[in-house]
Amino acid sequence: MSISSGTQLPRTAADIDIARMRLIKPLPYGQIIAVAVIVLIAAFITKSFAEGQINWEITWQYMFWPTILMGLVNTIWMSILCMAIGIGIGLLCAVGRDSINPVIRWASIFYTWFFRGAPLILQLLIWFNLALVFPKLSLFGFFEVRTVDVITPAVAAILGFGLNAGAYASEIIRAGLLGVDRGQFEAAKAIGMTGSMALRRVVLPQAMRTVLPPLGNEFISMIKMTSLASILGFSDLLRSVQNIYFLNTRVIELLMVATVWYLVVVTILSFFQRMLERRFGRGFVRRDQK
Amino acid sequence: MSLAALPVIEARALGKSFNQLLVLKDIDITVNKGEVVCIIGPSGSGKTTFLRCINQLETFDSGSLRLDGELVGYREAGGALYRLSEKDIARQRRKTGMVFQRFNLFPHMTALQNVIEGPTRVLRQDVAQATATAMQLLESVGLANKADAYPSELSGGQQQRVAIARALAMKPDLMLFDEPTSALDPELVGEVLHVMRDLAAQGMTMVVVTHEMGFARDVGDRVVFMDKGSVIETGPAKEMMTNPREERTRSFLKMVARD
Ligand SMILES: Nc1ncnc2c1ncn2[C@@H]1O[C@H](COP(=O)(O)OP(=O)(O)O)[C@@H](O)[C@H]1O
Ligand SMILES: [Mg+2]
Repeated sequence: MSISSGTQLPRTAADIDIARMRLIKPLPYGQIIAVAVIVLIAAFITKSFAEGQINWEITWQYMFWPTILMGLVNTIWMSILCMAIGIGIGLLCAVGRDSINPVIRWASIFYTWFFRGAPLILQLLIWFNLALVFPKLSLFGFFEVRTVDVITPAVAAILGFGLNAGAYASEIIRAGLLGVDRGQFEAAKAIGMTGSMALRRVVLPQAMRTVLPPLGNEFISMIKMTSLASILGFSDLLRSVQNIYFLNTRVIELLMVATVWYLVVVTILSFFQRMLERRFGRGFVRRDQK
Repeated sequence: MSLAALPVIEARALGKSFNQLLVLKDIDITVNKGEVVCIIGPSGSGKTTFLRCINQLETFDSGSLRLDGELVGYREAGGALYRLSEKDIARQRRKTGMVFQRFNLFPHMTALQNVIEGPTRVLRQDVAQATATAMQLLESVGLANKADAYPSELSGGQQQRVAIARALAMKPDLMLFDEPTSALDPELVGEVLHVMRDLAAQGMTMVVVTHEMGFARDVGDRVVFMDKGSVIETGPAKEMMTNPREERTRSFLKMVARD
């Protein structure tokens, strides 16, 4: 027998309405244990540091030391510039990978292969020592300059990090582009867009959603990787604290200064990343679920 | 040629293959201004490919295809053929509006943004003017109140109606529909067909690939039946849907009528 929508089943005395009843939740054992463990670990760490051979006064004293702030600023602009170069190159390579022009396609493949394959520190040293291969640089015979004058530590670092970041970014961006439905590109063309406009207005903004988290990762590793530039004599954050502890031997205190600053920068960056993710997540995350 | 029969599309012996597979064989189809031509036929018969050739999401290999008298995708001069530049192809493509089976709305834009994207970016209209026109279009498809909704917040039928408005915003001479209701839940088919009926009544030139036989019969001026890459039969809609000449058309109609 079927239940027609018009007739109601008779209610029995056993019928209840759960909305009117108190719900007894089980104790959150998992959470209780987790909190206990974390409190124990935190207490242990705090105790060790408080009793350990570390003078926090000195750490605090050097926190805003002019040369350290200088190193911090160098680290920040170097990371931003290299990442910008990396994203620019990465975008060109990612798009070039699917070009109908075989020369562009193979150039992109070769680029990624080379700059991802060779160790970063090696690339930095090669750029820095470029003068050994090409003592002079010129544009088609004009503007001739001595290579050592041009390739300063900063320039070598920018070339090394930027080109390397480009190789990684290209794979990240390519994955993002592949994740956008082909129909989107076709719909863009159907309203009269050229390929580059369709890429800019329709495909890339959608790819951003998947590209941002791994690209943020790259940015964070870039911030930390720039400390490698200290081997070329570039005064980044790490180098500037080293310069001080070589003199006053407060090694750990000064390393703590650098640690704190790296964490501050990464935290701020993560905040911007979250904002961007929200911006590009529009339309994908339902507004009532935010 | 009389003024009444101004061809918008002229396909002559149109041929297209994917690798070795011949998917369009000597297609002859003419669509005149103001006409609604419905293309029916079993799946895989090349209906989508034909539409995609018209707005150049595919290239064709043989025969000729003209849009408003202009050769599609090429320029002929002195017996030789020159491929059009990407800009010219984009310009030619603007004459046609395309409505896809899977809507393909831009998910990162609201309904209104979807509709004004083409006018503001491609035609470079100013935003205020494009918005006013877009709101009228959304009104005409019954979605003025959903202007600020993102596609993920709309039902399939609503998305497809926004997609129609988006195509119309470019003021095309010709609208192409590729099974616009096939991805919809049955109860949502009617609202989309309703919009298309209105459009036909306003005199829009339309090519509609569809499995909605009722729509083909009632709204279509002419019906084209395709099978395995060939045009099997074409004729006035009512006549052909009720009394087809070809055996293959008859069995196809019988088959789709069963469900
Ligand atoms: N991009 C493609 N590459 C290879 N084969 C394709 C492609 N697109 C369509 N086809 C083939 O072309 C034939 C016609 O397809 P289609 O035009 O989509 O038919 P319909 O729309 O009538 O169902 C089918 O056999 C299909 O498999
Ligand atoms: Mg199809």
